[in-house]
Amino acid sequence: MDDLDSRATQALVEIDKADTLDALDALRVGLLGKSGVVTAALKALGALSPDERKARGAEVNRVKERLADALAARKQTLEQAELDRRLASEKLDISMPGRDGERGGIHPITRALERIAAIFARLGYQRADGPEIEDDWHNFEALNFPPHHPARAMHDTFYFGDGRLLRTHTSPVQIRSMKGRQPPIRIIAPGKVYRSDSDQTHSPMFHQIEGLLVDETSSFADLKGTLAEFIRAFFERDFEMRFRPSYFPFTEPSAEVDIRWDAEDGSTRWLEVLGCGMVHPNVLQNCGIDPERYTGFAFGLGVERFAMLRYGVSDLRAFFENDLRFLKQFA
Amino acid sequence: MKFSENWLRELVEIKADRAALAHALTMAGLEVEELTPLGENLSGVVVAEIIAAEKHPEADRLQVCKVNAGSGEPLQIVCGAPNARVGIKVPLAMVGANLPGGIAIKAAKLRGVESFGMLCSAKELGIDNDASGLLELPQDAPVGQPLATYLGLPDASIELKLTPNRPDCLGLVGLAHDVAALFGSAVKVPAQADAPVTGAGHRGIRLEAGADAPRYLGRIIEGIDPAARTPLWLAERLRRAGLRPISAVVDVTNYVMLELGQPLHAFDNDTLEGDIVVRHARNGETLKLLDGSEAKLDSGFLLIADDKKGLAVAGVMGGYDSRVTDATLNIFLESAHFAPAAIMGRARKLGMHTDASHRFERGVDPELPRRALERATELLLAIAGGNAGPVLVAENPADLPKPAAVTLRRARLRRVLGVEVADAEVARIFTALGMRVETIAEGWRITAPSSRFDIEREEDLIEEVARIYGYDNIPTTTPAGALALAAEPEARLNELAVREQMAARGYYEAVNLAFVSQVLLQTWGLEADLVPLANPLSADLAVMRPSLLPGLIEALSHNRARQQERVRLFELGRVFHQNGFLHKDPAIHGGTPQQSGDAPVETPSLAIVASGNARAEQWGEAARPSDFFDIKGDLDALIAWGGEPQRWSVHADGLPAWLHPGRGARVARDGQTVGYLGALHPQLAKALDLGPDVHVLEVALEPLLGRRLPKAQPVPRFPAVRRDIAVDVPEQVSWSQIEQAVRNSLGAALVELRLFDRYSGKGVEAGRKSLAMGLILQDASRTLTDDDADRCVRNAVSALEAACEAKLRG
Repeated sequence: MDDLDSRATQALVEIDKADTLDALDALRVGLLGKSGVVTAALKALGALSPDERKARGAEVNRVKERLADALAARKQTLEQAELDRRLASEKLDISMPGRDGERGGIHPITRALERIAAIFARLGYQRADGPEIEDDWHNFEALNFPPHHPARAMHDTFYFGDGRLLRTHTSPVQIRSMKGRQPPIRIIAPGKVYRSDSDQTHSPMFHQIEGLLVDETSSFADLKGTLAEFIRAFFERDFEMRFRPSYFPFTEPSAEVDIRWDAEDGSTRWLEVLGCGMVHPNVLQNCGIDPERYTGFAFGLGVERFAMLRYGVSDLRAFFENDLRFLKQFA
Repeated sequence: MKFSENWLRELVEIKADRAALAHALTMAGLEVEELTPLGENLSGVVVAEIIAAEKHPEADRLQVCKVNAGSGEPLQIVCGAPNARVGIKVPLAMVGANLPGGIAIKAAKLRGVESFGMLCSAKELGIDNDASGLLELPQDAPVGQPLATYLGLPDASIELKLTPNRPDCLGLVGLAHDVAALFGSAVKVPAQADAPVTGAGHRGIRLEAGADAPRYLGRIIEGIDPAARTPLWLAERLRRAGLRPISAVVDVTNYVMLELGQPLHAFDNDTLEGDIVVRHARNGETLKLLDGSEAKLDSGFLLIADDKKGLAVAGVMGGYDSRVTDATLNIFLESAHFAPAAIMGRARKLGMHTDASHRFERGVDPELPRRALERATELLLAIAGGNAGPVLVAENPADLPKPAAVTLRRARLRRVLGVEVADAEVARIFTALGMRVETIAEGWRITAPSSRFDIEREEDLIEEVARIYGYDNIPTTTPAGALALAAEPEARLNELAVREQMAARGYYEAVNLAFVSQVLLQTWGLEADLVPLANPLSADLAVMRPSLLPGLIEALSHNRARQQERVRLFELGRVFHQNGFLHKDPAIHGGTPQQSGDAPVETPSLAIVASGNARAEQWGEAARPSDFFDIKGDLDALIAWGGEPQRWSVHADGLPAWLHPGRGARVARDGQTVGYLGALHPQLAKALDLGPDVHVLEVALEPLLGRRLPKAQPVPRFPAVRRDIAVDVPEQVSWSQIEQAVRNSLGAALVELRLFDRYSGKGVEAGRKSLAMGLILQDASRTLTDDDADRCVRNAVSALEAACEAKLRG
C-alpha cells in the first residue's frame, strides 16, 4: 500500500516534469498501461479477501483517478504549449501587402455621368443614344433653329465636307427618340458633344446629358420639381435654386437653372448648371407628336460641370489629359 | 448690350436700388452679365482749372500748379501727369476727399513743396480705365462744380447677356418697357417731335430687293460743322455703353442706336451719285468697307448703292469711300428696315460681327426708322448745326411685317405652366408689356407691338406670362404622367459593366478628344476611310479618330514620361470611318431616313493599352513583363462575361500594319472580325519611342455587350474523370488545331480541355514543342469507367497523331 502511495506521489512529480507528449505517454504506460504499477495493483486485488479487496480497491481506484487526471491535465498543458509554439512559428507579418490587390478606376466624367443617369433611371427615364456625326436637320432644324438663325452662332460647330456636322448638343437625340414613337416618353441621353472652342474653360469635346419627358400632363411646375429633386439627389444636399428665363429655340418657356454655390474660400455665388424648358410645339410636330394632346419638358446639362463641382476639380483640361496621378484620385 | 444705369433710370421709373434692379433683370431673362459701379465716393472732387504750372525745383517729372477750384484762393497742387498744363479743366480731389481706390487726400509735402489736393486721371476716379494722364474736361465745364454732378455720377455700366429672341431690348427704350412691366411703373419717353425742315436736300430712293428691304428712309443734312464736338453727357453715355466717342455724326448715330435700337448710317452726301438703290449684290461684286477690308459679295447680300457704285453692305457695315470724314459738310442719313432673314449670317460670312448686323439679324422694329431719323436729326442739328432736308421715304407697306393677334387660351396657360395665374394678372402683364389685350371666352387675343418679333404663337405668350409673373412663383411639383417602361434587355451588358470589369482588372479609364492629327495616323498606317473635319481647330485635331489606340498610346506615353513605368489604360469611345469598319452598330445607325446614304460609320469601341510588368511591383512573385497572353486574358475575361465564348475566335492572319505580325491577333465573333490585339509592331513602337512591352487591344463594343440569357441545365449526377496527356508536336501546330482535333475525337464526353504546360528545349526535338493537357471527361447517364477513360485518351491521341503529327510523350 505505502508502496503504491509513494510510487504515485513520485509519479505525480514526474508527470509534472514531463516536457514532451512522448515522455508523458511513457509515464502513462508505466503507471496505467497493461503492465503498469496501477494495473498491477488492481490485478493484485484478486488475492485479497472481499473486505480488504473493497477497501483496497477503492484506494487503488482513487490513486488511478488521481494519476489519470494528472496525466490528462499535463497532456492538455503540453498540447497547448505545442500549439502555442506552432502558432508562434506560423506568425505572419500581416502588414505586408496582399497579392494582386491592385485595381484601376473609372474616369470621373463617367462616374458623374453614370450617377446622373442612375438618378433619372429611378424616375423611369430610359437611356437613349444617337450619332455624334449628325446632319443639320437633327442638330438644328428639327430643333427649331432656322438656317442662319443667330441662335446657331451660339453653337460653334465643327463641319464635315459634306455638310454633316459633329453634334453640338445631345438634343438631337430628342428628335431621334420621339420620331416614330408616341408618348409617354421619358428618356435620358448622355454622350459626347463638340464645339469648336478651346481654352481654359472650353474643351472642343465634352459631355452632355439630355433629358426629355413627354406625356399628357407635364407642366413647367413638373420640370421645376424634377430638376430640384435631381440636384438634391446628385449632391446629396439641398441648394438654394433659381430658374431664370432664357431662350433655346427648341423649348418655350425656357430656363436656365442656377444653384447657390458655396466656394471653398467661403464666398457664395450663383452658378449656372442646367438649361431646360417646355418642349416647343414645333419640335413635337417635327416628330409627329400632337402638341395639343401632349406637353413635355427637356433639359440638358454639362457633365464636366457636375463632375467639377462634385469632386472639386478646378481645371477642365485635367479631364482630358489622362494623367494617372489625376485618374487615381477617382479610383 | 451694355448701358448706363442712370440713362435707363431716366427712361423709366425704377422703384428699386441697383442690386434689386440687376436681380429683377436677370430673373426676367435679361441676364446681367457684368455690373461695374462708376464714380463711387467722389465727394470732395470738383471741376478745377489749372491757371499756372511751373517745373518742380527738385523733380523733373513734377510740376507745381496753381489751380482754381472756384473757392477763392488758388490752390497749390504738385502734379506728375504729363498732360498737366495751363488752361485745361481737370478734376481736383480736394483735401479730405476719399477716392474709390482707397486714397485719402491730405495736405502733403512732395519733395519739399506743399500740395493741397490731387489732380486726377479717369482711373483714379474709378470712372474709366484711362490712367495715361489727367482727365481733361470740356472747356465749358463749370469750375467749382462737384465732378459727380457734372458727369452724372455715380452711375454703373450694366452689361446684359441678351438671348437672340429679345432684340427689342437692344435699345434702351425697349428695355425700359420691359423694366416698366417688371416694376409696375411707367416709361418716361417723350414723343418724338419732327425736326424743323430748313433745307431742301433731296435724293431719289429705289427699293429693288422686295421683302428683304421693305422700308428705307433717308435725309440730307447740309452744312454741318465738321469740327463740332460731341457734348459730354452724350459721350459719357456712349462710354458707359462700351463705345468710344469718335465724331459728332458717328456718335449721334451710335447714340440713337443705343437709345432706340435702330441702327443708322451716315454717308458723306457729296460722295453719292444719283439715286440710292437698295438691291441685292451681284455675284462677285466687291466693296471696300469702313474697316478697310474688301468684302466679296454675292447675290445673297443686300447692298446699298447709288446709280454708279456700291455704298454699304446693308445691315452690316458702310463703305469706305462714302464714309463721313472730319471734312464732311453734308451728310445723308440712312434709317431703314431690313428683314432679319436677309441679314442673318451675312456678317459672319464676311468674318465680322457689327452692332448693326447684331440687331438687324435678330429683328428691328419696322416702325422705328422714322422716329430714329427724327431723333438723330434733332441731336445733330443741336450739336453740329446744319439744315435738314425733308424725310425721304421709300417703302413697300405690303412687305412690312405686321403684328398679328395671337390667342392665348386660359386652359393651355394653366396646362403648360402648372399654375393658375389670375386673369387680371395676365391682362396686366400684357398691357404693361405694351401689348393690346382683348378678352375672349377661352382666354385672350393679344397683339404685340411691332418691336416684339418674338411673339408669334401661343407659347410665346405663355413665356411672357411666366417671365413677368416670375419663374420663382411657379410651384414645384412631381410629374404624375403615365410611365411606359420598356423592358431592360437582360441579354445585353451595359457599358458600365465593361468599365467596371476593366477597372477591376487594374486599368484606369481614359477620355481622349475624338480628333487626332493626320500625321499621327500616318505613323500608325491608319489612312483609309478617314473622316476629316472641314474646319478643325488645328492640324493636331483634324481627323475623327479611326481607332482609339493612337490617342490612348499617347496618353500612355504622357504617363511614362511622368515616372509611371507601368501604365494600364482603357477607353470607351466611338471610332469613325467613311465606309464602315468592324461593326455597324444598329443602336446608332438605325437607318432613319436622315442617317442612311453615305454617312460615316461610328463604332463604339473598347481599347486597352498596357506597358510594364504584368503585376504591380510586389514581394511575393518574380516580376515578369506583361505579354500577349496577359492582354489576351483581359479579352478572355470580357468574353467570359457574355457567357458565349464559343462564338469568339482569334486568328493570326489578316492583321493591321500596326501590329507585330507574330504577336498580334485578329478577333472575330461568329467569324466576323470585330477587333485586334497584340504587341505593337516594333517599327511603330520605335517611331513612338516605346519599348517592346506595350500591348494593346481594340474591339468593337457592341459584340462584347452581347450576353447569353442563361437556360438552366440539370447539374451532372455522375462524377467527372480526369486524364492528363502530353504530346509533342511541330512548333507551327497551334493550340487551336490541337484543341479542335481533341474535341472532334471525343465529342460530348469531353467537358473541358485544359492546357497546363508548354515546353520546348532539352528533351524535345528541335522544331517541336511539348504540350500537356488535362482532359475532363463526363457522361450524363453513368459514371465513366477506367476503360471508358482510357478509350477516350486513345482516341484523342490517335486523332492528334493523325491531324497534328503528334507524338505521345512517355
